[in-house]
Amino acid sequence: MRTSLFTMSAAAGALALTLTACGSDGGSDGSNAALVGEGSGDSCVIDAEVPVGAALSLTGAAASYGESQRNGLELAAKELNAKDGVTYDLTVEDDQTDPKQGISVFEGFVNDGASVIIGPTLSNTAFQAQPIAQEESVPVLAISNTADGITEQGDYIFRDSLTESQVIPQTVTTAIEEYDLEDVVVMYSNDDAFTESGYEVMSSALEDSDTEVTDTLTFSTTDTDFRALLTEAKTSNPDAIFVSGLIEAAIPLVTQARELGIDVPIIGGNGFNNPQLMADAGEAAEGVVVGAAWNSASDNPQNADFLEAYEKEYDSQPDQFAAQAYTGMMLIDSAVRSGCSAERDAIKEGLGSISEVESVLGTISINEDRDAEHEAVVQVVKDGEFTVLK
Amino acid sequence: MQQLLLGLSIGSIYALFAIGFTLVFGVLDRLNLAHPSVFAVSAFIGIELVEVAGLSIWLTLPIVAAVGGVLGVVIERVAFRPLKNRPDAHFAGLISSIALAGMFIALLQWRYGPNTRRFPAESFPTTTYSILGAQVTVLQVAILLISVLLMVALTLLVARSRLGRGMRAIAENPTAAKVLGINVDRVTVTTFAISSALGAVAGALFAMNVNSAQLGMGTAIELKGLAVIIVGGMGSLPGALVGGLLLGLAEVFAVQYVGSSWRDLVAFGLLFLILLVRPQGLFGARKVREV
Repeated sequence: MRTSLFTMSAAAGALALTLTACGSDGGSDGSNAALVGEGSGDSCVIDAEVPVGAALSLTGAAASYGESQRNGLELAAKELNAKDGVTYDLTVEDDQTDPKQGISVFEGFVNDGASVIIGPTLSNTAFQAQPIAQEESVPVLAISNTADGITEQGDYIFRDSLTESQVIPQTVTTAIEEYDLEDVVVMYSNDDAFTESGYEVMSSALEDSDTEVTDTLTFSTTDTDFRALLTEAKTSNPDAIFVSGLIEAAIPLVTQARELGIDVPIIGGNGFNNPQLMADAGEAAEGVVVGAAWNSASDNPQNADFLEAYEKEYDSQPDQFAAQAYTGMMLIDSAVRSGCSAERDAIKEGLGSISEVESVLGTISINEDRDAEHEAVVQVVKDGEFTVLK
Repeated sequence: MQQLLLGLSIGSIYALFAIGFTLVFGVLDRLNLAHPSVFAVSAFIGIELVEVAGLSIWLTLPIVAAVGGVLGVVIERVAFRPLKNRPDAHFAGLISSIALAGMFIALLQWRYGPNTRRFPAESFPTTTYSILGAQVTVLQVAILLISVLLMVALTLLVARSRLGRGMRAIAENPTAAKVLGINVDRVTVTTFAISSALGAVAGALFAMNVNSAQLGMGTAIELKGLAVIIVGGMGSLPGALVGGLLLGLAEVFAVQYVGSSWRDLVAFGLLFLILLVRPQGLFGARKVREV
């Protein structure tokens, strides 16, 4: 009895010690003198490593996007750290595609003194997690959120991903002109904020045109059998099918459509913008039209370097999520260097003043709403590759 | 006509999945919630076999069934057997099978990553026939045939074989079965193996049918499988067959006649309706209160 009591109190004491140790370590508020450097731009030198936190969906429904993003971020950090002057200490945490987890990851970054936070992957999670950083005045760069209202959450929230309302109308107009569309069917998954908002933009762009929507069909994000819906779509004999869905739905949907003899163009939202579409749907992907913030075939020098470096590092082709993540890290670097300081408010200033920066995504500026502006492209799958639809 | 064929082919997969599910429940009175994860695991393993080992589909299916059988044994040994003598064995088994399912999926993600995967395009014939104006693929016909064949084989097994007699005896009264000299442990583990083998074949067929396998595919079908076995009558094999086909048909006709947003509402509404009229399910016998 005596021994067990002794062991217990000893264990409790040790536990208390550990807890205090953690507590005294974690209280940093991010204002660290070593984060202010000397020089400016390319000659800027900051002694301390700049802590950057990224909350990404590495598991759960959006895990395929999160993995691309991690690749993009890590590649960029590696390249930046190879340059002189500023080094980045990138920490990637998993938000598990779950807003609650996103909140605690953000809280962790805020308390651990991150200079800037990247993410989270999905807009749903972003609406829950980003206010945490806003309250504590930590700048956030969203690298894949496309829903409306993301940057309206506060003056510390920025994004480098074009919104659906920037990309989709252009896609719709180009497709209508190119294929002379009169009657179309719209399909979308109505249980996800991203695809639903994509649908709304799509639908209002179609309303503004002379094209008639003969049928609107809904499915769920977990659906993989679309034959019943497609058979229904086929009955109205449309000139094209517009789809707002994620890549997980896109592949079976496109394959099954072709199998049922539907050979009209299929026009997808941002979720379709993934090389996996051609890899997995093969022949069936031919003629699929996708609007995008980034085109792998775009020939600016940054992009060419990025494609080569990515292939070398990961032995696969990058998608838009990787490109936007990579660019995000580069924009942070340019923000840090512009004031030669990695303090939170300095990064906020720097991100806000980004103008006409050459990047993988093209010439990018951050507007006064803290949203990115650069040209979108409309692509069509041709011979197994995304090519620009003119 | 097109929708009828679609309903039958997807319904037969639901049925195959549900029959495995209901077999364990009917014989052993245990709900094995690791069953949906077998559905996903087998699809990924099937893809691996075709893609890397270059096996033909027809060789892959029996191997997948065997892998499913092994998983069934693992599930029984890990999630159910250690708990079998506890007074709350039903509930404890239910929870520990959910836990095991989570581990299977985590291993699957570790091995294959989060991306959707699919069978290589040339791995099965893509010939399409036109029947009364409806498009039907060889694959869909094969799915229907394989499912029906397996279901008939299982029904015969339960009705005629020695193993089947053992199963029925255990379903009736496990203690009495033991007294009569039936090796309850062996029948139990065999039941799990057969159940999971069926679930595995269903998973591989489903992945072929929709050209896509996802980590979450088991979760997506889990609720439907439960609905099917409840509608069919808990533990009834013909009930699961009819229930599966009914749900498949209800889904496609709901899309056609009611509207795509209402598909689940119609399909699951039908479930309530059937349960109101026949609380024991279509083929279920009213349970006499024990004790």
